[in-house]
Amino acid sequence: MILPFFVIIPLGTAFLISLLGKKIRNSGDILANLSGLSLLTLSLYSIPKVFVHKTLVYKIGGWLPPIGICMVLDGLTSFMLVTVNLVSSLVAVYSISYMEKYTDKNRFYTLFMLMLAGMNGIIVTGDLFNLFVFLEIASIASYALVAFGTEAEELEASFKYAVMGSVASSFVLLGIALLYSYTSTLNMADIALSLSAKPAGMIIGFVAVLFLAGFGLKSALVPFHAWLPDAHPSAPASISAMLSGVLIKVLGVYALMRIFFNVLGINSGILLVFMFLGAVSMLVGVFLAIGQWDFKRLLAYHSISQIGYVILGIGLGTPLGILGGLFHLFNHSIFKSLLFLNSGSVAYSIETRDLKAMGGLREKMPVTANTNLVASMSIAGIPPFNGFWSKLLIILACLQANRFGYAFCAIVASILTLASFMKVQKYAFFGTLNEKWRRIKEVPGAMRLSMAALAIICVAAGLLLIPLLRNFMQAAVDVLLVGKGYAQTVFGAIR
Amino acid sequence: MIEYILCLLLFCIGLYCVLRRRNIIKIIVGLGIIEYAVNLFFVLLGYRHYGRAPILAKDQTITNMVDPIPQALVLTSIVIGLAVTALIVAIAIRIYEKYGTFDITKIRRLKG
Repeated sequence: MILPFFVIIPLGTAFLISLLGKKIRNSGDILANLSGLSLLTLSLYSIPKVFVHKTLVYKIGGWLPPIGICMVLDGLTSFMLVTVNLVSSLVAVYSISYMEKYTDKNRFYTLFMLMLAGMNGIIVTGDLFNLFVFLEIASIASYALVAFGTEAEELEASFKYAVMGSVASSFVLLGIALLYSYTSTLNMADIALSLSAKPAGMIIGFVAVLFLAGFGLKSALVPFHAWLPDAHPSAPASISAMLSGVLIKVLGVYALMRIFFNVLGINSGILLVFMFLGAVSMLVGVFLAIGQWDFKRLLAYHSISQIGYVILGIGLGTPLGILGGLFHLFNHSIFKSLLFLNSGSVAYSIETRDLKAMGGLREKMPVTANTNLVASMSIAGIPPFNGFWSKLLIILACLQANRFGYAFCAIVASILTLASFMKVQKYAFFGTLNEKWRRIKEVPGAMRLSMAALAIICVAAGLLLIPLLRNFMQAAVDVLLVGKGYAQTVFGAIR
Repeated sequence: MIEYILCLLLFCIGLYCVLRRRNIIKIIVGLGIIEYAVNLFFVLLGYRHYGRAPILAKDQTITNMVDPIPQALVLTSIVIGLAVTALIVAIAIRIYEKYGTFDITKIRRLKG
């Protein structure tokens, strides 16, 4: 059974690195990359497993689920695992060279692996309190990683993030407490089963609001987004890529999807709230992004906007909408981490994030410039890059569901995204080279390798829509569409 | 019933403290109050009148016992809370070294 290894490998690597890091040279690099690679292999291996068995349940310690804790592997789990471990393994490769300019690389890898363990744990667990524990592991590691540079701005951003994040966690814990008092169980499938036997009461509405506030803050939906534009740019670039690329999706969007669709049960009211929040995030994020001159801050505002697309797609509740939302989630994790890695490469060479001070970097840094061009076109939705297909699916799903206003919002946000990335291209990579940067060089090989790999995935990911490969995402969509039937699937898989 | 309402009141006091205080140490204390309110609520959920500890021993029949799961959960939650508090206090100390103040309105170099 492969499921527990998604938590064991990163957790074990974290402790091994902190033990051996000082004694053996380069052990941190080797261990982190080995574990990243093995996690990627395992997550890819989970795809055929899901294809054959549909749902697999691992019982921790052999206790049967309503009493013991269980881990569940189904289509959505496998989809999220592939997304997270693909990005994290490439970011680990990038960090080999990039983290040289910071002093304590081993401590960085330890925190990185702890964050990864938390994220994988959230994805595989089938127990609500266990989800909370992993949520806190990932959050605490990310608070520490945001403050990793220990400069004044980074500490300030980390403090803001930590305070807002712990308030959000308290909301989630309060929601779990209320749900436990109502159903007397913590297993997600068992909660779904016992809720469907009870009449819908006020308490479910209250719990839903608490979860929406808690997980909404973690995923930076618009009324709760204030921490993100400070926290994400302050972290080292490889961590910004992880935070914007996968952390907000796992802690926020995945947890929202799993709990609202499979545990509490979805209804049209909640879907309306999702769609509204998604559309507002989409527009507010992109309007705030367009005036930014700090490269990483601009990207951070775009994360808010793109998460809006994902939530809008999922909130439509139709098969096509959910497919579009999940596909955009995958695509966004690829191109946004690539963009943050590009910004890290630029900062590595010229030590600035101000777009006005750049210019003409294309001739000195061809790999960075070309991969950035690919990622910019993907995020702006130019065919044939992956961002185009997922945005197209979301807009088509809006039209299919007769939500013309939301379709219009999605198109407007897409055009504004294009405008703001044309600004990035013009000021940073095209134009005349600034005299100051006469002597800069392209970044080292490991960084180039991971950026090029991500750019290739950006181009190729559109192929996931062809019928043969589409089963990968269709399995995830089916899990969400089955709704509270999740309980029967899980209990069916135990026997 | 009154205990539950008092618990929620404690939660709101903590939230008010986080939102309205200007001193970052007081904000951290506010976070602690929120956390304890939730923990207290959890323990109250498991409480039964005249219940006893759920320990099974030979030739004893237990008719009324408290629910042990919330107690286990609260222990975990206290440990997590300790970790968060320790991290935030460490960050607050470094902030004081850099800015020379604990006043949140003066700690604002990030804008936009």
